Amino acid sequence: MIFIGERINTGFKSIKNAVLNKDGDVIRECARKQANGKADYLDVNLGAASNNPEDLCWMIEMVQEEVDLPICIDNNKPQMLKETIPVCKRPPLVNSVIADEKKLDEILPIVKQYGASLIGLAMDESGSPATADKRVENAGLIVAKFMEYDIPTDKLFLDPIVMPLKFMQNQAVEILQASSQFGLFADPPCHIVCGLSNISNGAIHKGLINRIFATMLVANGLDAVIMNVNDEDLVDAILTAELIMNKSIYADSYLEAFKR
Amino acid sequence: MKIPDVGTTCKMNISTVTIGALKEEGGTRGRKVTIGGECTLPHLTFDGDNPHKPVIAGYVSDIVPDWPDFLQKAIGKEIHSPDEWAQKCVEDFKVDLISIKLLGGSSERANRSPEDCAKLIETLLKAVEVPLIIWGSGDMEKDRLILQECSQAARGENCLLGSATESNYMTMAAICKADKHKLISEAPVDINIGKQVNILLEDAGFNLDDVVMFQTTAALGYGFDYVYTIMERARIAGLQGDKLMARPQLCDIGEEVWRTKEATMGEDILPRWGDVKKRGPMWEAVCAQGYLQAGADLLIMAHPEAIRTVRKFIA
Repeated sequence: MIFIGERINTGFKSIKNAVLNKDGDVIRECARKQANGKADYLDVNLGAASNNPEDLCWMIEMVQEEVDLPICIDNNKPQMLKETIPVCKRPPLVNSVIADEKKLDEILPIVKQYGASLIGLAMDESGSPATADKRVENAGLIVAKFMEYDIPTDKLFLDPIVMPLKFMQNQAVEILQASSQFGLFADPPCHIVCGLSNISNGAIHKGLINRIFATMLVANGLDAVIMNVNDEDLVDAILTAELIMNKSIYADSYLEAFKR
Repeated sequence: MKIPDVGTTCKMNISTVTIGALKEEGGTRGRKVTIGGECTLPHLTFDGDNPHKPVIAGYVSDIVPDWPDFLQKAIGKEIHSPDEWAQKCVEDFKVDLISIKLLGGSSERANRSPEDCAKLIETLLKAVEVPLIIWGSGDMEKDRLILQECSQAARGENCLLGSATESNYMTMAAICKADKHKLISEAPVDINIGKQVNILLEDAGFNLDDVVMFQTTAALGYGFDYVYTIMERARIAGLQGDKLMARPQLCDIGEEVWRTKEATMGEDILPRWGDVKKRGPMWEAVCAQGYLQAGADLLIMAHPEAIRTVRKFIA
């Protein structure tokens, strides 16, 4: 599983304040904590706190001062990416693009130029898809564009678009069905990623819902996830699901070995 | 649209393990042996070049094993003297290193003292300039003492010591760390235990870059396919990024093959099976070559003819 830490996001008040006050310690500490949680990438999201690329570059630099992890740049504006990707010490993961030819034509040359990876959302201009078929259709367009630009398909992370269980209960099963089909698109296969916590949005039993849905997604091909990597129960559930799916080799101390 | 390149790339290389220390490195070896470092499965040269070829260790033991006459004769009278046997392995059979089993240390055999075993190691280190693999007697309690003495006797020689299991890993890790040796992690034809032993060794502060994995070995016809698939699966997992499994692997071919009826019994017992003097070494060579396909890096072998055949195959 490729774990993408979600906490460096100005949606969190402490991060927003840190960006506004240029308090690097807060960002560094958040980066360290997620690195200790065995994150593989750290998502960095400037959100609505600012439109200034320099602020996003600053956030990335603070993270890189503290840890040696690749960055998941949570921004889809080509100009912003052109300025921030060169700051990244390791090839970043760009989060994200939708299934829209014009947007893909803008962003894919940048992704290719820097050897970056890209999260492709299985939605289009008309919004979130309602069915598995529409998700697959949207994802297929993105895969085809990757091939057109001759970018290896394992640089593509397809996101089936997770919807809140509480408000759109019929969507979860569509998401699972779409995920299982994403794996068949290309060789090398695309990664399958999601922003997990959306599933429990507004619910009371968030932890339980996240864990169960994560394990069901693993059973349907999920191999990357944007989540709170410091949620130990969730990490344990995912590691165990991967064992059950025979994606990793069992050992009695498999949980301890991961956390070391 | 161009035809996509379907070659696979590994996420992690298998670790590289060097056995033996030269004079300038604090040892007395005339040469070293390096194994591992693979970036792809054996023989898939279109996916990448594996940097080190597999190596062969000559089987030597302190007492003559219970082997058929034709095998003992093929090795020669030197089989009665471990240092001469080792020299013959190096000079005549052209092995890359020597594997010494201290079978006589077992209380059920000659019950040699740990000090006597250590003296033999000193003698062997003088007799040959290749690196050594040192095994105990198979008597768990006694081996704790034997391996400690032998490890000290070979201090700084960067030998490969066998072996660490779930029950003795603490001691073995401490011994090898103290005397600067590499370590064999052993599991009984069980990939899960193999992984667990490596986790435990890492817990004990032992660097897994100094570990060679040993899934015990099954002779051809005696569970070969079990060990083959375990080794292959471990290797694939390692190449895909499981650092606990990304370790070189060892097979003890000689020990297992020369226990089988197919390799040892003549036509009087196995009619129509052909001359055992030819069949025996063929059985050993074919078994070894099979394990090379599974991802073996280090083979311990006994019959000179089998060693010659497999050397040619590796070259």
